Amino acid sequence: MRAECIHMRERGVDWRYRKQRSSRGDAGCSWSCCRGDNQGVPTDRAGRMSFKNMREYLAWLYYQYLLITGIYVLEPWEKSIFNSVLFSAIAMVVYTSYVFVPIHVRLALEFFSEIIDGQPESAMALMN
Amino acid sequence: MARTSDADLKPPLSQNGLKCDDLKKTSCHSKREKNVPQTGVSSRQFSHDTFEQPPMYVAVMTYLGYGIVTLFGYLRDFLRAVGLEKCHVAQEREEQKDFTPLYQDFENFYTRNLYMRVRDNWNRPICSLPGPIFDLIERVSDDYNWTFRFTGKTIHNVINMGSYNYLGFAENNEDFLKTVADKLRHYGAGVCSTRQEIGNLKIHEELEQLVADFIGVESSMIFGMGFATNSMNIPALVGKGCLIVSDELNHTSLILGARLSGATIRVFKHNNMHSLEKLLREAVCSGQPRTHRPWKKILIMVEGIYSMEGSVVRLPEIIALKKKYKAYLYLDEAHSIGAVGPSGRGVTELFNVNPADVDVMMGTFTKSFGAAGGYIAGRKELVEYLRSHSHSAVYASAMSPAITEQVMRAMKCIMGKDGTTEGIRRIRQLAENTRYFRAKLKDMGFIIYGDDDSPVVPVLLYMPGKVVAFAREMLKRKIGVVVVGFPATPITEARARFCLSASHTREILDEVLQQMNEVGDLLCLKFSRRKRSAFPDACKGGQLM
Repeated sequence: MRAECIHMRERGVDWRYRKQRSSRGDAGCSWSCCRGDNQGVPTDRAGRMSFKNMREYLAWLYYQYLLITGIYVLEPWEKSIFNSVLFSAIAMVVYTSYVFVPIHVRLALEFFSEIIDGQPESAMALMN
Repeated sequence: MARTSDADLKPPLSQNGLKCDDLKKTSCHSKREKNVPQTGVSSRQFSHDTFEQPPMYVAVMTYLGYGIVTLFGYLRDFLRAVGLEKCHVAQEREEQKDFTPLYQDFENFYTRNLYMRVRDNWNRPICSLPGPIFDLIERVSDDYNWTFRFTGKTIHNVINMGSYNYLGFAENNEDFLKTVADKLRHYGAGVCSTRQEIGNLKIHEELEQLVADFIGVESSMIFGMGFATNSMNIPALVGKGCLIVSDELNHTSLILGARLSGATIRVFKHNNMHSLEKLLREAVCSGQPRTHRPWKKILIMVEGIYSMEGSVVRLPEIIALKKKYKAYLYLDEAHSIGAVGPSGRGVTELFNVNPADVDVMMGTFTKSFGAAGGYIAGRKELVEYLRSHSHSAVYASAMSPAITEQVMRAMKCIMGKDGTTEGIRRIRQLAENTRYFRAKLKDMGFIIYGDDDSPVVPVLLYMPGKVVAFAREMLKRKIGVVVVGFPATPITEARARFCLSASHTREILDEVLQQMNEVGDLLCLKFSRRKRSAFPDACKGGQLM
């Protein structure tokens, strides 16, 4: 790894004043094409993101949620507070819609069908 | 102070002749001269500024992010006030609680609750020369950035995309710096006196003559500090009863100088010539506010390159307006001197404008010349007036001789007077780097502000969480970037600012671009809706949201 890659060679030629610095400390080329790892994000050769499984994708989505809402900068206990408040609000919305939306939809359908077929129905009701 | 006369009637001065001779050596300028008559018609008619707007959801999410963090800021302030949490910042004492509160304004709130959480991205300590590559000291925090400690390790070979090192003169080359070391040994480190007392050295006068030759004007005066060049000299030029018309995005030093002078200040929209003309017309027609007497002087203050936007001033149009309404022009070329123009002479050369048309040309040596200090150049009467009336000349100490020599050697290198083509090579390298980097970033889909020729490249990030994540991710990839947030920019337009340098090689730029591509996909930063060349990427802006 030491003096083989093109970056180390060029470094010796172009940046003369860094020659003494590169001989100590830095154990190898630090550029991404010569490194083994990829710093967290799975990328293929073309640099596009590639997720191996659903877990990584969900982790990335959670990361995006943190960034967009700005929670990323907060401390962990603040993140928990916000997540629990948001989760309970969403849970309440889901529960309310589960309980009440079918009833509301049925009432609305009855209301509109009464208007459309309204005339004959009430006449029949009167006669009876 | 001298009045502006028609510059066309004066015979061309020897400095101008010298300038033309120097410039004919470069093929770029002679190519332009063939196409364009030399009477002040600019070869660059239009500024190519772009300020693309992001999609609407980006603004909504930015406000959302700031809103949520502000709410949590109130919560933390409450906890600190109640006593449930230890307060790390300065607080008033018990006896002072009845007085006017010191720490309750928005700026302090913002610092306590937003800046402190993420301040590991700013003021990072470096331990090497800030050239194209540098070393950082690794530091970690155990209590969420209230205190830092050094781990003892150094992060080597971090790519530097934040230094104002446009021509690469921040270097440690022994041969180039030999004359500077000689002068340091000869004169000592400092002058310890003002220009008007015993601090005027021969080397200062040599530099002033060199600066005047470089820019193409009659004479110039140098000052020890760039900020003070603006803030101390504008009060000497204008006073009460004068009008200052300044761009809305001017630097703090210009604003401070304008406020100190006591003149009336009016602001026009950034680079907007209609706004400027309307202001000038109204000023000339109505005169001073209550008495309606005519203004003593009208001074238009603009900058060559605006450092937060990367946009270039529309110089030919401003000069036309200036001549029409008989105003004076003050041009602050802090970032543009040495960095734009075919031979590095600044925006006057970029637009092919006669430097005598600009009344006061100001610049700094901090950015392109690798030194410190500033200059004001113009007609001889102007500079002689400043020598006796400027606050800096009377009270501020003169420029240090070693720094003066550094400026001289850098300027001689750019002009070609040291006998090599190193200067022109650097200028061309910078122009090429600028074009390449900007074109590639635009192709990738980032929103970039500014003109195509300016080496300052702001990449817009908008959301506060993404700003912080961007800085940290780039450092993980060993690239040091500068991110700028609320007080320096409007609250919805946080950005990362890249400053290109002539000492960045193509490989360095490619590495940076590749990492930007990855980080842009990881964080979904590619908001641009422009049509671009076929470049399929995994995350198209925010479609995944």
